[in-house]
Amino acid sequence: MTATQPKPAAASAIPATPKPAAPAAAGNPAPPKQAGPVPTAWDSPLVAKLKGEYGSGIEPLTHLGQNYMVVDRSLIPEILQILRNDEQFDYCVDITAAHYPKREKQFDLIWVLYSFARNERIRVKIQIADGDTVPSSVPIWPAANWLEREVFDMFGIKFDGHPDMKRILLPDGWKGHPLRKDYGILQQDNEWVQINLGIESGQ
Amino acid sequence: MTDPKTLSPLDLDTPEKPFLDANELVINMGPQHPATHGVLRVILRLDGERVLGLECVIGYLHRGVEKIAENRTYTMFNPYVDRMDYVAAVSNGLGYCEAVEKLLSVEAPPRAQYIRVILTELNRMASHQLWLGTHALDIGAITPLFYTFRDREEILKIFEKYCGARLTTHAFRIGGLQYEAYDGFEKDVKNFVSFVTPKIDEYEELLTTNRIWLERTKGVGVISGKDCIALGVTGPVLRASGVKWDLRKAQPYANYKNFDFEIPTGKNGDTYDRYLVRMVEMRQSLRIIQQAVDGIPEGPIMAKVPKVVKPPVGEIYHSIEAPKGELGYFIVSDGSTQPYRLRVRPPSFVNLQALDVMCRGAMVADVVAVIGTLDIVLGEVDR
Repeated sequence: MTATQPKPAAASAIPATPKPAAPAAAGNPAPPKQAGPVPTAWDSPLVAKLKGEYGSGIEPLTHLGQNYMVVDRSLIPEILQILRNDEQFDYCVDITAAHYPKREKQFDLIWVLYSFARNERIRVKIQIADGDTVPSSVPIWPAANWLEREVFDMFGIKFDGHPDMKRILLPDGWKGHPLRKDYGILQQDNEWVQINLGIESGQ
Repeated sequence: MTDPKTLSPLDLDTPEKPFLDANELVINMGPQHPATHGVLRVILRLDGERVLGLECVIGYLHRGVEKIAENRTYTMFNPYVDRMDYVAAVSNGLGYCEAVEKLLSVEAPPRAQYIRVILTELNRMASHQLWLGTHALDIGAITPLFYTFRDREEILKIFEKYCGARLTTHAFRIGGLQYEAYDGFEKDVKNFVSFVTPKIDEYEELLTTNRIWLERTKGVGVISGKDCIALGVTGPVLRASGVKWDLRKAQPYANYKNFDFEIPTGKNGDTYDRYLVRMVEMRQSLRIIQQAVDGIPEGPIMAKVPKVVKPPVGEIYHSIEAPKGELGYFIVSDGSTQPYRLRVRPPSFVNLQALDVMCRGAMVADVVAVIGTLDIVLGEVDR
């Protein structure tokens, strides 16, 4: 479609010009889609109550119809306890993390919570630096046990007070934490084949 | 070894002291064991025949699905999700496609939604049939396996005719469907419904009042609704413990709100109730399929999705009611063609945590029954 339009104009112009024009034309429809919806402030009685208590430590947001709050690291586990005990978020759906190596606080740690009574799902998110530990939420939700072990296994984030803080999916002797962005898959693979198969590279 | 005290918020009624003497026996079950449905290793702490506690060792099937996702585009990653819960590949695909669609703020057209629901419910049926056959086999009843596999074959034939694959179907695409329903799809589905409805009665004839089945399942692996919630257990296990919760009703996705169906619940939270709940779920799935196949609208099967899927910056958590429980996808997009982070919240992984609690105080042979009744798929536990 885009190729037919430049042709009459390009016939007189230098033949090289349509080439850089083509990616630009293909890129044109993308920006409006890429802009997308942005997170907006989330307002609810729950938020108002927590805001009144903790003020600027909480930033409640809503994005794509889903509510979450970015919370200060120091409020954990207090805020999780309040959500569990006072606000009926009795089901810890998931605990996970994301790694942003360029940030000073490299990790996002995310709790996905659900309340049966309210039929409502929220996410609690904190930012922590590499090497920081986080209080375990196993005393709040026993479900957190394996979920936290998986976060430790994959990201190397340690949870204080966890009953059994060890790897879960990978073998105990594994080196590194695979879901960190700086984890070298090829390096790991080559090392393994060099030791175990005596060949230079498995690729 | 997990210390019983660490699970303090639960109602643990298991004795703290050994029953007979202090001779604790630690034995190993698996990872190669016919009743673990894959490679699950269980370290049992026994007092005679009684289980004092157990620890699961998992990860034998770990393929690093979440890392793979970061190195693939959204479209390329789609077939990988089929390989997690490989007996319910269609459900996995539905969850993934809907999560990405939410990130893109698009919705699959109605016709695609209907076909999606039909295939997903057929897959729920197939998953439950496979569960029933193997679970009964573990406990010692061989016949149900032949019955259920015979009937599951009909579902796989429909899948094969629809998309060419029987198990890892890759049936859905981001934004809708790639394939239009083949000629005679509705007829095949309707024939299947009328074919299989009496077959479920046959399964029940074999088991529901069977004395051996009752002895092996009643009062075995009991877990309360409160413990289920505390441990994050979802799906039929949660419902059998009396909690009426199903994501198809609680937070409807796809077009489940258009269909009339019931959520079965149990009372006792034992293996027998979980069996009954799944049997009713099969019938309810047929009800949904019947309604959906009668109401498939005409129209496009693909929403307007760009050829290169490039969701805007954002995060999404989307979950569906897979045959095993809540299957969630948490996706972080950085605006590129590949997910920045993709987390799968697998129901089997979280449900397996409850094995320890459910087996305490039970006999060794009951461990096999409880693993079966949890309906875990190790491909999903380990990912």
